[in-house]
Amino acid sequence: MAIGNVKEFAHLTDEQVEDLGRRFDAIRSSIEADLGSRDARYIRNLIRVQRRLVVAARVTLFASAFPPAWVAGTGLLAVAKILENMEIGHNVMHGQWDWMNDPEIHSGTWEWDTTCPAEGWKHSHNYVHHTFTNVLGKDNDVGYGILRVRPEQPWHPFNLGQPVYNALLALLFEWGVALHDLDIEAIRKRRKDPAETRRQLKVIWRKVRRQVGKDYLVFPLLSGPAFASTVTANATANLIRNLWSYMIIFCGHFPDGAEVFLEEELEGEQRPQWYLRQLLGAANFEGGRLLHVMSGSLGYQIEHHLFPDLPSNRYPEIAAQVRELCRTYRLPYTIGPLHRQYGQTLRTLLKLSLPGSSSQRRRRGEGRRAPRATIEELRRYDGPMAPQAAVS
Amino acid sequence: MSARTHLATVALGALTAAAGATAIEARRRVASRGIGALRPDTDLVRQVVARMTTPLLPDDYLHLLNPLWTAREVRGRVVRVVPETEDAATLVIRPGWGWSFDYQPGQYVGIGVSVEGRWLWRSYSITSAPRPDQRHFAVTVKAMPEGRLSGHLVRGLAPGTVVRLAVPQGGFVLPDPPPPRLLFWTGGSGVTPVMAMLRTLVRRGTMPDVVHVHAAPERSESLFADELRALADQHANYRLVEASRDRPVRVGDLERACPDWRLREAWVCGPERMLDDAEDHWRRAGLGDRLHLERFSASRTAEAEGGRITFAASDRVVEADGATSLLEAGEGAGVAMPFGCRMGICHTCVVPLASGAVQDLRNGDIYRDRQGIQTCVTAAAGDCTIDI
Ligand SMILES: Cc1cc2nc3c(=O)[nH]c(=O)nc-3n(C[C@H](O)[C@H](O)[C@H](O)COP(=O)(O)OP(=O)(O)OC[C@H]3O[C@@H](n4cnc5c(N)ncnc54)[C@H](O)[C@@H]3O)c2cc1C
Ligand code: FES
Repeated sequence: MAIGNVKEFAHLTDEQVEDLGRRFDAIRSSIEADLGSRDARYIRNLIRVQRRLVVAARVTLFASAFPPAWVAGTGLLAVAKILENMEIGHNVMHGQWDWMNDPEIHSGTWEWDTTCPAEGWKHSHNYVHHTFTNVLGKDNDVGYGILRVRPEQPWHPFNLGQPVYNALLALLFEWGVALHDLDIEAIRKRRKDPAETRRQLKVIWRKVRRQVGKDYLVFPLLSGPAFASTVTANATANLIRNLWSYMIIFCGHFPDGAEVFLEEELEGEQRPQWYLRQLLGAANFEGGRLLHVMSGSLGYQIEHHLFPDLPSNRYPEIAAQVRELCRTYRLPYTIGPLHRQYGQTLRTLLKLSLPGSSSQRRRRGEGRRAPRATIEELRRYDGPMAPQAAVS
Repeated sequence: MSARTHLATVALGALTAAAGATAIEARRRVASRGIGALRPDTDLVRQVVARMTTPLLPDDYLHLLNPLWTAREVRGRVVRVVPETEDAATLVIRPGWGWSFDYQPGQYVGIGVSVEGRWLWRSYSITSAPRPDQRHFAVTVKAMPEGRLSGHLVRGLAPGTVVRLAVPQGGFVLPDPPPPRLLFWTGGSGVTPVMAMLRTLVRRGTMPDVVHVHAAPERSESLFADELRALADQHANYRLVEASRDRPVRVGDLERACPDWRLREAWVCGPERMLDDAEDHWRRAGLGDRLHLERFSASRTAEAEGGRITFAASDRVVEADGATSLLEAGEGAGVAMPFGCRMGICHTCVVPLASGAVQDLRNGDIYRDRQGIQTCVTAAAGDCTIDI
């Protein structure tokens, strides 16, 4: 078992790994068997609250020429967009609520309030990222193709600009997400069918037109004399959403303790090893219920990676069980306050903009560059973490 | 905050309600004329409002004000639950936007109810006559022993509950004008579609020559017994023959109960056995084309082997036993499965079988080539993959 070479897991026998796998499976089954009206009420209420916030924000912003209304409306809209994108949209698209058999709250039909089309997201995120989590060269979320976030990634003078790219990515996060599935690197290296790229661009363009039209044309026009202040309010709300979601998402895999893997380590991987990789690849942060809801439950990143399609309102109770397992089997469980997790992320980003990385703890396979897998290669992959296995 | 939210909700509601409502109205009117599109002007209004609500539809906001104000998923509100017998009740439902009252007497409607957070769907024959001037329609449900939904509908449904509705469909209908001589033969809850036909005939005031053989195990269990007897009193053309466990009417007795049955166009609905017998009887008389049958359940004579079902496009895999239909298995795994009657009648549920084998629960037939299969009446025969 290749993942057994990872030092965090070296003390486990093969039987223990199998046993862990069964225990993780048992957590899943017990939650699945218990899903019911309480959970349905949670998501329906959340959606109701979120839609009311949108309406309140839009109506308030009709008066946005009046500064207090601008502030209130912008705040409401930012909160509404954050809730929609994170705790609702992201989780619905993971299929967390498909069990309700409700076509209005279903991964197959949900379209979220951002410029990224659901279709592209479900591919780049649900499939590529959640299947090949933190595998260098396979998971495009390790640095998103523009940042050096791991010492194992070779340094290039391009990385000197990292502080700037990072700031730009934070500000324009929504746009980065929208273009993510295009896989710019594959296009640059001509490993992608241009026809497919054109098709994707068309889908993105259609979504962008509607999103931008709504925020920067339709509502400003409806506000009449408050046209300009509505534009700035909507832009600010989008910006707040961008910064917040950027920060939360960067705390998921980049703080100290969240590890990356080499392709060799996938060798012979079965479901138990897949669980272990998810466990070690993600980092949690602490917080109250409100913070967790506002961050799409990604403070439970570990639980989210272990069970991406279980309803997010169950993560707190799952987390208690996962932590207990980690204690029993002496496994790492990375968690810290949000400011510390983000602080570590930022420090790593800045440090890795320069060559060398002597302070990093683990440097397996340093300097070797795994070739990036093309989408076609990923599609052909049918090992244990192929998409059905990962979500079923 | 909450006061403002409420105000705001009302404001947007008012703004879009007009637009949405006219659009839906238009769609309903246009649809009834059989033209596919909305009138261009209302269509435009709706499109403009949708620019504000994108990526959602105006309906997604409006149904928060009133659950019936959406045509995205047609909804209905249960306004009354009227007990009929010990184990049957009539649900009077007020449908919301997108519903059309131009269904034909005898058709059934799909009703979805959220039970423990999950939407369960079943089909029920509409028992009320189609009347666009009324804003309700009715179905009558008999609680099946150990049934998952029917018991809940009869005993556990509070008035005010919002249910989902699928458009009425089905070919077990009364033609307009009706044939001059009819035979209705109903058993148990099978009287429901015929009830809509009788009520339609009464409403039109043209009762043709009808013989109605209606069976129920006990008199006290007989659905609509009072209404049917009253009909017989009022209409000389309508003759009611009541059968029960003590006085059964089987196909062999038909000659006695209705000597001229060969001259009548027949509508038969009831238990599986009765339907099989009737089918046989009419076919042997060479009168198969005069017989209309409605089956409420597919008799499951076969049990498949079960296996691992892969829903290819949805990336789901489930293990299912041989009694679980592919439709139920898919829904349980959160796959958005298409369906209609759920009983092997309408073919709405057909999905391509990509590989492996499935077995027809009605007759044990095995399908294995690339072909469309009815997921509601087939189960896995070993591992299989379907394209959805
Ligand atoms: C076109 C059409 C019209 C209909 N109209 C009406 C109507 O007007 N009124 C009406 O009352 N019903 C009508 N039905 C029947 C209705 O749709 C439901 O099937 C019925 O109410 C039972 O639903 P349920 O959820 O309670 O039972 P289900 O849970 O679906 O079970 C149905 C029956 O099968 C048995 N059963 C369940 N699972 C199994 C299994 N694995 N193996 C063996 N047996 C099993 C149960 O004990 C039960 O008796 C109609 C059906 C169709 C197709
Ligand atoms: S749902 Fe009607 S045939 Fe299957």
